[in-house]
Amino acid sequence: MSAPTQTPTARVPRDFVVIRFAGDSGDGMQITGSEFMAETALAGNDLSTFPDYPAEIRAPAGTTFGVSAFQIHFGAGEVMTAGDDLDALIAMNPAALKVNLKDLKPGGVLVCDLGAFTARNLTKAGYVENPLENNALSEYRVLKLDVTKLNAEAVKGFDLGTKEAVRSRNMWTLGLMLWMYGRDRHATVEWLLKKFAKKPEIAKANVAAMNAGHAFGETAELAAPSYSVAPASVAPGTYRTVTGTESLVWGLVAGAQAAALPRVVMASYPITPSSPVLHTLAGLKQFGIVTFQAEDEIAAMCAAIGAAYGGALGITSSSGPGIALKTEAIGLAVMTELPVVIINNQRGGPSTGLPTKTEQSDLYQAVYGRNGDTPLPVLSTATPSDCFEVGMEAVRIATKYMTPVLLLTDGYLANASEPWLIPDATRLPKFPVTFRTEPEGFQPYLRDPKTLGRVWAVPGTPGLEHRIGGIEKDYDTGHISYDDANHQKMTDTRAAKIDGIANDIPLQAVALGDDHGKMAVVGWGSTYGPIHQAVRALRAEGHNVSQIHIRYLKPFPRNLGDLLRRFDRVLVPEMNNGQLVSVLRAEYLVPAEKLSKVTGKPFKIAELVTAIRSRLEK
Amino acid sequence: MTVITPPPAEKKVTAADFESDQEVRWCPGCGDYAILKAVQRTLAEVGARKENTVFVSGIGCSSRFPYYISTYGFHTIHGRAPAVATGLKLAQPDLDVWLVTGDGDGLSIGGNHLLHVLRRNVNMQLMLFNNEIYGLTKGQYSPTSRVGTRSPSTPLGSVDMPLSPTLFALGAGARFVARSVDTQQPHLVTVLKRAHAHHGTSFVEIFQNCVVYNDGVFDEFTDRSVAPDRQLLVEHGKPLVFGKAKNQGLRLKPNELELEVVTIGENGVSVADILVHDERNRALASLLGSLHPPDFPQVLGVLYCNPAPSFEDAVFGQMKAAANVGPKDLDSLMRTGRTWTVGG
Repeated sequence: MSAPTQTPTARVPRDFVVIRFAGDSGDGMQITGSEFMAETALAGNDLSTFPDYPAEIRAPAGTTFGVSAFQIHFGAGEVMTAGDDLDALIAMNPAALKVNLKDLKPGGVLVCDLGAFTARNLTKAGYVENPLENNALSEYRVLKLDVTKLNAEAVKGFDLGTKEAVRSRNMWTLGLMLWMYGRDRHATVEWLLKKFAKKPEIAKANVAAMNAGHAFGETAELAAPSYSVAPASVAPGTYRTVTGTESLVWGLVAGAQAAALPRVVMASYPITPSSPVLHTLAGLKQFGIVTFQAEDEIAAMCAAIGAAYGGALGITSSSGPGIALKTEAIGLAVMTELPVVIINNQRGGPSTGLPTKTEQSDLYQAVYGRNGDTPLPVLSTATPSDCFEVGMEAVRIATKYMTPVLLLTDGYLANASEPWLIPDATRLPKFPVTFRTEPEGFQPYLRDPKTLGRVWAVPGTPGLEHRIGGIEKDYDTGHISYDDANHQKMTDTRAAKIDGIANDIPLQAVALGDDHGKMAVVGWGSTYGPIHQAVRALRAEGHNVSQIHIRYLKPFPRNLGDLLRRFDRVLVPEMNNGQLVSVLRAEYLVPAEKLSKVTGKPFKIAELVTAIRSRLEK
Repeated sequence: MTVITPPPAEKKVTAADFESDQEVRWCPGCGDYAILKAVQRTLAEVGARKENTVFVSGIGCSSRFPYYISTYGFHTIHGRAPAVATGLKLAQPDLDVWLVTGDGDGLSIGGNHLLHVLRRNVNMQLMLFNNEIYGLTKGQYSPTSRVGTRSPSTPLGSVDMPLSPTLFALGAGARFVARSVDTQQPHLVTVLKRAHAHHGTSFVEIFQNCVVYNDGVFDEFTDRSVAPDRQLLVEHGKPLVFGKAKNQGLRLKPNELELEVVTIGENGVSVADILVHDERNRALASLLGSLHPPDFPQVLGVLYCNPAPSFEDAVFGQMKAAANVGPKDLDSLMRTGRTWTVGG
């Protein structure tokens, strides 16, 4: 296939673009999106992506609930969310169009595969009339292309079955989109040749399909222009893309190494969207990581506790309903003061709720949700790459203070990905643990006077034999104690230990804007991106508004109260019905206002801008 | 961290060495005292090292056990001891772990964990003190209580079928299943020593008398006056005989998969007709475990012992095999897949 030699028409420059590839579960949309992402990263753009899988494992083909999508937001400047409304939508079938059209901007580019708009598929998607044949799509720049047919021609020289030929049409579409945004194709070619190394015919056919889509863009008189997006200015270094899951797992590994712990025991029970943490760690045995798929959530937490008792770093991960089951055991970890990192990949609740959708409604559960006065540190992650630092930090706090740590992340961050400046592992901080070995003067509840952390005395150590358990223990001897004054003292000590962590974490910084003013927009977790962009946009309009984003939810940084009081108003956008806002009000008696969204989807920048602006102008 | 299996203690240890400094707080006359003694004796006889021995328990009367032993101990939460112990073994597979549970802790609230620890064959001794009642919560019926048990929660008698711990363990895939009685010290010590020697989960059901809420519930086979005629103490390779005169025995009913009691010397029955105990035979163990007085003897001893690789063997076998697979350090791990460099 020879490339056309004509000069391409001038590309329209764009600063930021949002594209969504949508099709049936079997159409390879995740692969298509991932390859577009790779080429975009290599083109030097900043980016953020979000895959949207159907909840059903194998939904019937062509149905709306079987639609799988991959969204990418990329640009010439800082990109912090997967994007609001779409500049371009690729709909591989009628169902994909039906589900996703509402997010396409007026005037946006819509690519549809005519070949898939059959009467049968239209009916399955619930269309009475073919939207490509009436005026339903008049406000968009529609490219009605028979991709199925064009692709079949491109791959007809290869020894493929009909099914395999049809399957490669995602690569044709990818080629077209790579052309449309001026991306390279080399990385994808390389990837295809590697992926199908054992099936060279399929590899070559897929490459041919992609090249054909690209060539079609170059030669055809399309109704949509082509675009250029200049590289973003980013710090020098080696980059990769990471999902929140990868970065979190690597952060935990880095943390275990920083703590000089040769063994990590990660015990988990499968649950959406948290299972990938277990899967990823299961592949890292060479790092001394033992993974254990327990019989249930309770057992997973208990095994992590048993491992910590045995001198390993205990880790467990789950989602809201699973964390609820672990709750009693978390209390045991607090009582026995053992280091366990508990990861909550939050999803929509309550009960089974929205398993595949994101929410941040487990803050109360994390901070308050146990019997007794049972304080523990709670950390949250703001972006996919932030998960690395927070993972390390959770290990540091757990081992230094001998406490379970709850790490709140969410389904959005777990799956979302963004470019990441890979750190130099040799230059990461170190915080080696010390195991007690000296029998002289040993008591099981001996504490470090500074941190109040209990000694870590591990079975196998001669002379330190002792008994611990969930029953209240004497402050000095560690024996069972029902003494009233002792319970008061132990309760106070457990609280003081956790509160004291506030002296060992950074002061709360302002993420954007001044440290005083008319309004602080305060968030936590994965709302960082949209809040940041919204506050930036409002500041550009001249509004006096700042962003504060809280990583440490328990204890709060010690300056947080003072900082909040320096603003006339405090607005707390959250993907819940107002949890951080009440914690802040309770803690600091500040008149914080809530801004809640619980649709299972992240905040859009535009909706935040509108909501914040309307309050600022009130 | 990994502990290298230490040699047995150099100096001779005695049962008293395994007494903790804590005052034992079970009710006077509780069967748990006798079990505690038997365990301390067993530890001495096997030359256990205190620092390498851990007792893990759940909640209930039996689960106070770790406080009274001078080794490491972890009194966990209701029903969850098997899970905690499994995690401990994954951190330190060479620790010598004893798990203490009861019929409520192990078979009711913790039934799931008991099932899975047995199925996985985690290398530890698991003692289930069966007193057919909830003691610490003041006398409610338990999953092993017989139908009709009157208790505060079942004033008209319990209506649900009891569970046999031994059959549960066999069904769950346990590779070592034994039974003994709290007050039969020499037998209990022998059984516990066998349990300790076995590699994998060694399940020991101990009939334990609760003097306060269920006194005498096992008298029909533990009372000294009837014990010889109501107990069959199995030994591998020996005929299944019992009775004061050792003239009672078990044999398979002709053409049926069912046992019957026969008298040697009567109706032409000789010792050669009596079944010989084969502790590797799970079907036989199930048959023996199902027998109850008064029509049959209560079978005690090692009903089943058929070792297989433990969970830790398999887990750490994989760890070893994978030790040199994939990126070897964090830097190379984080650089797997596509990377790109921005010049500066």
